[in-house]
Amino acid sequence: MVKRGVSGRVDRIGLRGAMSDRLLPFVVAAMSFLAALALTGNFAAGQLAVHWLGGARKLLIIEVPDPGAPVVETQPGTQKISRIAAAKRLLETSGKVIDARILSDAELAHMVKPWLGSDEGATFPIALPGVIVAHSVSPTSTIAALTKQLSAVAPKTLVESGQRWSGRLVALTNSLRACAFAVLILVALVAASVVVVTVRAGLAQRREAIEIIHGLGAQDADIARQFAARAMHLTALGGLYGALASLPALIWLGSLAAGFSESSGFPHADGALSRLWASLDILPAVFLAGPLIFTVAAALIGWAATQVTVHGWLRRLS
Amino acid sequence: MIRFFDVGLDYRHIAPPLRAQHPADATALASVSFEIEPGGFRWLTGASGAGKTSLLKLMYLALPPTTGRVELLGEDPSRLNRRRKALLRRRIGVVYQDFRLLRHLSAYDNVALPLRLAQRSERQLHADVTELLRWVGLAGRLEHRPDELSGGEQQRIAIARAVVAKPSILLADEPTGNLDDEQADRLLHLITALNRLGTTIVVATHNHGLIARYSAPVMELRAGRLVRHG
Ligand SMILES: Nc1ncnc2c1ncn2[C@@H]1O[C@H](COP(=O)(O)OP(=O)(O)O)[C@@H](O)[C@H]1O
Ligand SMILES: [Mg+2]
Repeated sequence: MVKRGVSGRVDRIGLRGAMSDRLLPFVVAAMSFLAALALTGNFAAGQLAVHWLGGARKLLIIEVPDPGAPVVETQPGTQKISRIAAAKRLLETSGKVIDARILSDAELAHMVKPWLGSDEGATFPIALPGVIVAHSVSPTSTIAALTKQLSAVAPKTLVESGQRWSGRLVALTNSLRACAFAVLILVALVAASVVVVTVRAGLAQRREAIEIIHGLGAQDADIARQFAARAMHLTALGGLYGALASLPALIWLGSLAAGFSESSGFPHADGALSRLWASLDILPAVFLAGPLIFTVAAALIGWAATQVTVHGWLRRLS
Repeated sequence: MIRFFDVGLDYRHIAPPLRAQHPADATALASVSFEIEPGGFRWLTGASGAGKTSLLKLMYLALPPTTGRVELLGEDPSRLNRRRKALLRRRIGVVYQDFRLLRHLSAYDNVALPLRLAQRSERQLHADVTELLRWVGLAGRLEHRPDELSGGEQQRIAIARAVVAKPSILLADEPTGNLDDEQADRLLHLITALNRLGTTIVVATHNHGLIARYSAPVMELRAGRLVRHG
């Protein structure tokens, strides 16, 4: 008599075991793994862009050549101050920037170390400009105007804005996200193709039985449902396993990314645990919803690809 | 009721897998017209290759005719969508020449199949299936799979499956091919009993001994043409 249980419905029309259940979940798991990486990459790129661009767009770097020299006397009687101090004062009183800060010699030395070597206490062969970092009040603050004002007190002063390279960062992030999206589509197509191939193999293997039950008056939908239920089961399992398997990799990637993220709350985390928390801060949505999303998405792909395949195949029968 | 209007069948116009790789050059059926009244009985005879199986295939909707028109139980199958066609198929029981049992299912499950396709509950169908298997003398073989049974026993399962859903039409293709005389008698008894209950029946056979044992109109095919009807 008919066997009961989970596969009871499948048994009813005798298509049990109609599909090999080894390759399909494995391939779908691999695809789900890749999709999880791609999706996280996409997500993380977006997060990082937000973190970086928030600061970068408003960042101003003011280079003052010959910083220690006294300013050109503009009004008699004013106290003689250095060019860099004058520049800083101008910035502070301009109303256009906040947080103006002169980088210390140590910070400067640190910055130029890659170009000029790292000998402690060595004197630099060229005169370094003084550097002030500041944040403009509005991202579109006029650099030209600032440069002009600064040149009046300290000629040859340069103003660099983060805006210029933040544009490139946006472009880079966008292309990263486009790639991740393309990977997702590709991975879904590969998964669907594997479903189609597996279902076709299953149909060929069960061809006689299908022809018989078709002859007995089984509806195309009945037959397709048997295969779709099975395919959905296998792909959902694959999706779940792949997503679960991707979690350790995602945590690791997240911990790498967390190092770049200022708002992670653990910018200098060194304990493994705090790195984990930092990565969770970057990946929370994907991390928690990933297995669910991939299980459902894989199941849907399995179901839809099977329905189309079986209905197409059955059209050959009268 | 079965009606054929000038029906022709040419396998060369049929796509695989419904036709063999290398179909014969001749048409399988040509200008076949006849009518079988509801509750009628017909013998269908003719030499091997005359077109008996092909004619039955048109009656059980395994093939569409290449020319002409077929009417089954008041419906023109060519005008039905796939869903309606499947429903029409359920009203036509078929005993195939090669049985076509599902090898991985027990005798019980094979016979239960048409009722399960019709969404009958397990409790409802149990009585019908066991009774029918008893009727064909297989009460003790419910759990056997086809390959554990003899050819004659398999044939009886095929017959039980064909009639379990009480079809309006029963078509049998060489149903005595694997049976000894006694079994053939039993089968004939069974089929005529169904006919008396109102089922329209067509039995294809080239066994003239069988035909002699039950008096009914004979349709004879010769090279795809109906040369005798009645
Ligand atoms: N599936 C098929 N594909 C191509 N030709 C076929 C097919 N089935 C039967 N034929 C051809 O149709 C003709 C009639 O065959 P068939 O209907 O099987 O005759 P019968 O059942 O009387 O022996 C034969 O010439 C046979 O070769
Ligand atoms: Mg034949």
